[in-house]
Amino acid sequence: MASKVIHALYTDDDVLMHAVKKVKLAKHHIEEIYCPFPVHGLDKAMGLAPTRIAITAFIYGCIGLSVAVTMMNFIMIEDWPQDIGGKPSFSYLENLPAFVPIMFELTVFFAAHLMVITFYMRSKLWPFKEAENPDKRTTDDHFLMEIEIHNNEDELRKLLSETGAVEINISEK
Amino acid sequence: MYTVSNRLKIASIILMVIGAIGIGIGFVSMPGSVQEAKAMVASHDDGHGGGHPEEAVHPAKASDSHHEASEAHGEAHDSSHDEHLLHQLQNRPWAALYVAAFFFFMIALGVLAFNAIQRAAQAGWSPLLFRVMEGITSYLVPGGIIVFIILALSVAHMNHLFVWMDADVVAHDALLQGKSGYLNGPFFLIRAAIFLGGWILYREYSRKLSLAQDESDDDTNFKKNFRASAGFLVFYLVTESMMSWDWIMSVDPHWFSTLFGWYIFASMFVSGITVIALITIYLKSKGLLEDVNDSHIHDLAKFMFGISIFWTYLWFSQFMLIWYSNIPEEVTYYITRIADFKLPFFGMIAMNFLFPVLLLMNSDYKRLNWFVVMAGVVILAGHYLDIFNAIMPSTVGDQWFIGIPEIGSVLFFAGLFIFWVFRALSKAPLQPKRNPFIEESKHFHY
Repeated sequence: MASKVIHALYTDDDVLMHAVKKVKLAKHHIEEIYCPFPVHGLDKAMGLAPTRIAITAFIYGCIGLSVAVTMMNFIMIEDWPQDIGGKPSFSYLENLPAFVPIMFELTVFFAAHLMVITFYMRSKLWPFKEAENPDKRTTDDHFLMEIEIHNNEDELRKLLSETGAVEINISEK
Repeated sequence: MYTVSNRLKIASIILMVIGAIGIGIGFVSMPGSVQEAKAMVASHDDGHGGGHPEEAVHPAKASDSHHEASEAHGEAHDSSHDEHLLHQLQNRPWAALYVAAFFFFMIALGVLAFNAIQRAAQAGWSPLLFRVMEGITSYLVPGGIIVFIILALSVAHMNHLFVWMDADVVAHDALLQGKSGYLNGPFFLIRAAIFLGGWILYREYSRKLSLAQDESDDDTNFKKNFRASAGFLVFYLVTESMMSWDWIMSVDPHWFSTLFGWYIFASMFVSGITVIALITIYLKSKGLLEDVNDSHIHDLAKFMFGISIFWTYLWFSQFMLIWYSNIPEEVTYYITRIADFKLPFFGMIAMNFLFPVLLLMNSDYKRLNWFVVMAGVVILAGHYLDIFNAIMPSTVGDQWFIGIPEIGSVLFFAGLFIFWVFRALSKAPLQPKRNPFIEESKHFHY
């Protein structure tokens, strides 16, 4: 059986924030909120778990650093320790300052790019992906709150209209 | 209004007394003659390189016909070496005093720059902390005067901190003669007086306007302060750079580096911000800064984190360029440091970079007061070592040690700093009243 969802549209982010708090207070589960721009504090009001993307970036940075160190230690020190302009290639530590720029750049490169790719994968974004927008106006100046209906259509409709919704639609999902 | 607690006052006085005793011991135990100096080194000669290999090599190299001549040369070398040793040992209490005096002075100067930047940038988060910053910058006056006196005593030949002040040395040194147009006693003191005069003038003027703004009924004082701060920053940028050449780089007058001024700036800036954070946390723990919240501490900790990295960037840029090109006339600076100061030189990188970076990277940790205090103490100790590494190798060389004169000087100036700063904090309400950004600052939330 296809489930039904209720779509409440708002035109102001302040009104939306109050509506979210009210809906949470009434213990309804908010499926999704579509906004044209980031609304400060919305994630907290919805009770979303904090992101862990910074932790992944730190780990990716550590990986980048290890790649840089392993690569240059093998190439410059172990595989062919040439005398290039009198630089000491007897051990990694002795020639460390020359390697630092690369170590730094690879750390940043890995941290940045892998974090972005992680973000795309976790938020399921890619080229040619079909847009999941329930209402075109949410990319311009409307905010849309989506709540699933469990035989409580009238109650939800009443609650949402009290929160200042400018339009309430029911649709099949 | 804040009143200094008796315990704090007594603690600062105790620090000053103990420190003064330590400084006194340093000066009393300073060797007066070459014989004393040799005896001092002989009594603990195990750590510092032992005997002198050149002396052993000299006779072996000399041929028989030149034997007498080479022996005479050996003796001349020996006595000049002894004199050098004597000067190094005599420099030690002076250098210890100078490093500590400059370190605490530079904290106040770093806070002054931070304060001016906050005002010129019209920052919305920091006005709640203006009185704390003004309290710290009050140390500019006594700290600056003490540094100036030490510099004046050097010019008066009371010590050998600055080798270019020694007329005998300059007479035999073409490089120093070439620089004597800039590096000469009177001009040196005039420059120092101009730097200190300008900084203190801005500090007093800005403080006056800041207090007047509380009582006035329009924003003219605020606007004047904005303009003064912007003007001061231009003056500061130029004078800070020259100050670092004069007061620090010139202890090693054969060596020069172009980014040195920035490097010293980064050191004083991060120390200053750390002290703002520490004093804010202290006052808040006493319930005196009620409107200061976690987010203010978080912002200060972000500055500590960021400027620590900035310092490391400059330190490394200076080190790596010189290490890479390895030009003999400039690389000696690092050769002496790595040879004789290995632990403080590399230990400082761990304390000023690795420690704050790993500790203050997490956003939640930056809101924990004890975390910020812990990182702050390490950062301050690290930047003391930074100034130590800048001054000591060219003044005391391999005779360095962190002993009674060094710790005594730090304690003395720490006591004076605490005494003076908290006395200034008790002179005005801790929260500005009519700053146009004070409401924003009270509700600052990150």
